[in-house]
Amino acid sequence: MNCDTTTQQITLNYQELKDMALQIRRDTIRMISFRGSGHPGGALGIADILAALYGYSMDHAPDRLNDPHRDRLVLSNGHICAAWYSVLSLQGYIPREELSTHRAINSRLQGHPARDKLPLLVETSSGPLGQGLSVANGLALAKRLDGHSGRVYCIVGDGEMQEGIIWEALLTSSHFKLANLTLIVAFNNLQIDGEVAKIKNLEPLAEKLSRFGWKVIDINGHDFDQIVQAFEAAKGEKNQPAVIIARTIMGKGIPFMENDPKWHGACPSPEEAKKALEYLGYASNYSDFPVPEEAE
Amino acid sequence: MNFRSHTPVRDAFGKALLELGNSNPDVVVLTADLTEAIRVHWFAKAFPHRFFQMGISENDMIGTAAGLALAGKIPFVTTFAVFATSLANLPVRLSVGYNQANVKIAASHGGITVGGDGASHQSFDDLALMRMIPGMTVVAPSDATEAYKATLAIAEHKGPVYMRLGRIPTPLITTPESPFNLGKAQVLRAGSDVAIFSIGTMLSITIEAAQTLETKGVSARVINIHTLKPLDSDVILEAARECGCLVTVEEHTILGGLGGAVSEVISCNYPVPIEMVGIKDTFGESGGPEEILKKYGLTARNVVKACYKVIERKRNRA
Ligand SMILES: Cc1ncc(C[n+]2csc(CCOP(=O)(O)OP(=O)(O)O)c2C)c(N)n1
Repeated sequence: MNCDTTTQQITLNYQELKDMALQIRRDTIRMISFRGSGHPGGALGIADILAALYGYSMDHAPDRLNDPHRDRLVLSNGHICAAWYSVLSLQGYIPREELSTHRAINSRLQGHPARDKLPLLVETSSGPLGQGLSVANGLALAKRLDGHSGRVYCIVGDGEMQEGIIWEALLTSSHFKLANLTLIVAFNNLQIDGEVAKIKNLEPLAEKLSRFGWKVIDINGHDFDQIVQAFEAAKGEKNQPAVIIARTIMGKGIPFMENDPKWHGACPSPEEAKKALEYLGYASNYSDFPVPEEAE
Repeated sequence: MNFRSHTPVRDAFGKALLELGNSNPDVVVLTADLTEAIRVHWFAKAFPHRFFQMGISENDMIGTAAGLALAGKIPFVTTFAVFATSLANLPVRLSVGYNQANVKIAASHGGITVGGDGASHQSFDDLALMRMIPGMTVVAPSDATEAYKATLAIAEHKGPVYMRLGRIPTPLITTPESPFNLGKAQVLRAGSDVAIFSIGTMLSITIEAAQTLETKGVSARVINIHTLKPLDSDVILEAARECGCLVTVEEHTILGGLGGAVSEVISCNYPVPIEMVGIKDTFGESGGPEEILKKYGLTARNVVKACYKVIERKRNRA
């Protein structure tokens, strides 16, 4: 779904991306509220990035799952998967009505992405933080070995970067000059117990990553202009992996959830969910996924 | 300390830590971005200088705890069971186990009942993993009262300990008065047709099963194994001799946990038929605790069925 990068084309698509991100946020709130558990904060924060990945940057299509040249996405911070399941349904990979099964017994949409349940869609099972970037490196190395085009994208949380294996993997990516890899850090400066900077500081992150041999792009992760340009810049890199530090807001789009670590993993009450959906408003091109009647 | 029924065991753990903070200045607590989830926020608030927030760095946390212990502290490290035992297995094995460092690993979310989080967060191989480490004491309290006593007891004990705290709130079965000694099993119900061994959160369904069996004229002995290692082989062999068949019940894989440990004891000393109620060789999934327990065969009915089966096997041998 690469689009033309003439100014006009991009302007046109922005409204589409915004609309998709809005629907991702609506779906996230409704999935979590329907099931009574989940992780809304990070999911709301990553919605714009996911919309831009699937709606603009990634080379992918539902009928190309067996195509080795397609782009791949590794969701290392698996807890934000509500937003990802939503974008998969909006892109035609899974039925919309399946979203209501999220986190239920016998569902394919597990509380953390599970490859045994969704073999072609989940590149690697995640949940325990820190594991995804190493697997993404492996996928990127294999692409290079096999002469396959396409990129590997990987998303990690900022708190997640406190895991040691992340730093081992960062060395691997740059050591092997994995220019076909783009890492996205969902940097909202929050984790479960509070502020990342207070719990175990990562800053100055851009400087550290640059010293680790990465091309670093530091952006506002809610500004589609910056997001799209960052993806393009990453694609332009031929000798080293690129990392996009996406400064985002936990709970983005819902004022009473924004920047409050409580919403990392709390489920909104029915009233809060209703209020949240009111704040979000409706997306023009999409409608909400249906939920089973007896449960409503 | 008195708890209300269905108090989560991690609440009791948190309260006991607070008491330890007051009574023992060497006790320190470490956590990895799960302060409230594992109820160490009471300790953190009362003793901020003895509380270390390590961030999401479990390997580092276990190693740091080992260093603190080697320098004379009594560190309690806290996280979810899967991260303590699988993710950080090497530092647990080397820096804690091989060094025989006086570290207390207290892990919540041990078992299959973790709710929506699913397979990646379920930990039902933790007891087996920890049991394989030489010198590691392995404890799994069954209710809040027992968790409280166990926390105080492991602080007293010299040497590495793994304590599993399940997630489901359990009814109170043990009492504040009943003795708690590490390594000593507790016979909670007399019986002679079959002996049922339970560990941790499975105690209440085990007792329920024994009650059902009683109404059918089957006399079941119930034994609470709160310490998987060192295992109370005397109580196990006595039960094997007197009942002639055994059933084990655990929120854990039947490979290498309670079923495995009891089998090792009887097969080398006094072989009798045994049936194991536990999770088969599989990964888990998301789901509510009750529906998960049912799907994975961990209900009182499963225990009753296992008892009938093992009694039948005993009869066929006679
Ligand atoms: C190895 C590991 N340790 C702990 C956890 C529990 N946990 C889940 S999410 C989370 C916080 C993650 O913070 P961050 O990466 O910043 O994500 P955000 O809260 O911004 O969504 C923690 C500690 C985990 N899933 N994996």
